[in-house]
Amino acid sequence: MEWHRLSLVQLREKLRSGEVSSTALTEYFLKRIEDLDPKVKAYLTVTREEALAQAQQADEALKRGETSPLLGLPLAIKDNICLEGVRTTCASRILENFVPPYDATVIKRLKAAGAVFLGKTNLDEFAMGSSTENSAFFPTHNPWDLTRVPGGSSGGSAAAVAAGLCAGSLGSDTGGSIRQPASFCGVVGLKPTYGRVSRYGLVAFASSLDQIGPLTKTVADAALLLQVISGPDPQDSTCAPEAVPNYSEALEMDLKGVRVGLPKEYMGEGLDAEVRKTIEKALEILEKMGLEVKEISLPHAPYAIAAYYIIAPAEASSNLARYDGVKYGLRVKGKDLIDTYKKTRSRGFGPEVKRRIMIGTYALSAGYYDAYYKKASQVRTLIARDFQKAFQEVDFVVGPVAPSPAFKLGERIDDPLQMYLSDIYTISVNLAGIVGLSLPCGFSSEGLPIGLQIMGPHFSEPKVLALGHQFEKTLDLRPKEPEI
Amino acid sequence: MSISREEVLHVAHLARLEFDEEEVERFTEQLGEILSYVAKLEELDTKEVEPTYHALKLSNVFREDQVKESLPVEKALQNAPERENGFFVVPKVIK
Repeated sequence: MEWHRLSLVQLREKLRSGEVSSTALTEYFLKRIEDLDPKVKAYLTVTREEALAQAQQADEALKRGETSPLLGLPLAIKDNICLEGVRTTCASRILENFVPPYDATVIKRLKAAGAVFLGKTNLDEFAMGSSTENSAFFPTHNPWDLTRVPGGSSGGSAAAVAAGLCAGSLGSDTGGSIRQPASFCGVVGLKPTYGRVSRYGLVAFASSLDQIGPLTKTVADAALLLQVISGPDPQDSTCAPEAVPNYSEALEMDLKGVRVGLPKEYMGEGLDAEVRKTIEKALEILEKMGLEVKEISLPHAPYAIAAYYIIAPAEASSNLARYDGVKYGLRVKGKDLIDTYKKTRSRGFGPEVKRRIMIGTYALSAGYYDAYYKKASQVRTLIARDFQKAFQEVDFVVGPVAPSPAFKLGERIDDPLQMYLSDIYTISVNLAGIVGLSLPCGFSSEGLPIGLQIMGPHFSEPKVLALGHQFEKTLDLRPKEPEI
Repeated sequence: MSISREEVLHVAHLARLEFDEEEVERFTEQLGEILSYVAKLEELDTKEVEPTYHALKLSNVFREDQVKESLPVEKALQNAPERENGFFVVPKVIK
């Protein structure tokens, strides 16, 4: 049986009916990792022993008739989320040997729900990048074409789902880091409302933008994982107090007559012709489903990248000040304390991380704060207002996830600005703190996946997931799978 | 908008980073390009616009002030590059 072709929801049924055990399922995925990951390179750490022990526990619980929501399902976790006792590197030399002494809140919740952890997946160092080439260890390859990038920064999590090297995974999204790799790898990726999911135990990049979310084969699977990881957390004061609705039950809600807005700024210059055509076809399908599609405007969208590349590096430069060679991580001894800091950080961080620390430090330094950080934060208000206005006219905003399908490995690595532009359609969602879902809507002539993005207001996850789920059913792209 | 070599060296010191000659050159060029790009923000008039520092309007998040178990010292120190008698060891800072 090709278990990797099944969704989490389907596998859960097979586990509950006893058709397969969690141990057999876990061994199946571990075998696939052994055979295929040398090509894909999605994993930084595979936790074989731990996974098999967790699977055995799950099997005993299944025998007792327990029905925890994820009981026995094998997952992969982006390596910037802390799992107690398992090396968490952020794909950085500076944390190469860091072993967290505690679980992130999302991990605690997944454990309580009975999940099995296969290992930790590759990312751009500290989640800074759009191709997973900024990993200090090795780049991940796109399962649809091994010469191409999987996107980033959650490239390992997206590639692991696409290649059938796990049943589902978690990533994090600061400017598109779940949605863009989901689009490049032909899987579903959800960036929840800012504050919907606790960030406790997620290694901080830009705290006002970071959000953990699921990467899965189907929208129903994303709903299942979101259900488990969402909700208030006393250990993260930025986590929203709002109660968590039932996402899976909402998937079949009636959407007839719902209005969808296509921002004209998202279909303009810089958009690949094939992506444009595929998105236009997706809009036709939405109309056939009984939705009303109209053109809208997000007039400040062209300023999103500029605002983001001040705000995110400013927050990063402050967050990454903690890597000083004292409390954890690498230490390179210098002639005094300051010299130790400098040597440790210069040896431990890669070029993109240094670049962002430099931009952020510059933007926050004396005399520049108002011109850069404050200015960018004011533009952030304008971008958020654009969405508020749009959501008075329409229920959802839709558009492309990325301006092109997956690009070649090495193609953009020497041109930071060109790399930043691949997040042009995803960044605004983080600045406004709203919901963004990426799901497959077609393939390019070269057979590369193309994603559709569905955006909704704060806490609109039930509706966004319902639209995604019904679109997915109507389009019926699966079971197309990459040949590795 | 460009950034001078001296500014790059000054910012590097503030960020506790050091670069070799080639890196200084590359960073000066790349940071200049990025700053020129973000200069497009100046096209927008934001005099009357309140800045947004957080996407949700949450403030004063309180919790009960209860004594709870905390991370044991041994665990908190387990990742320290150097430790002694339950403390982090750092290079001497007082001359």
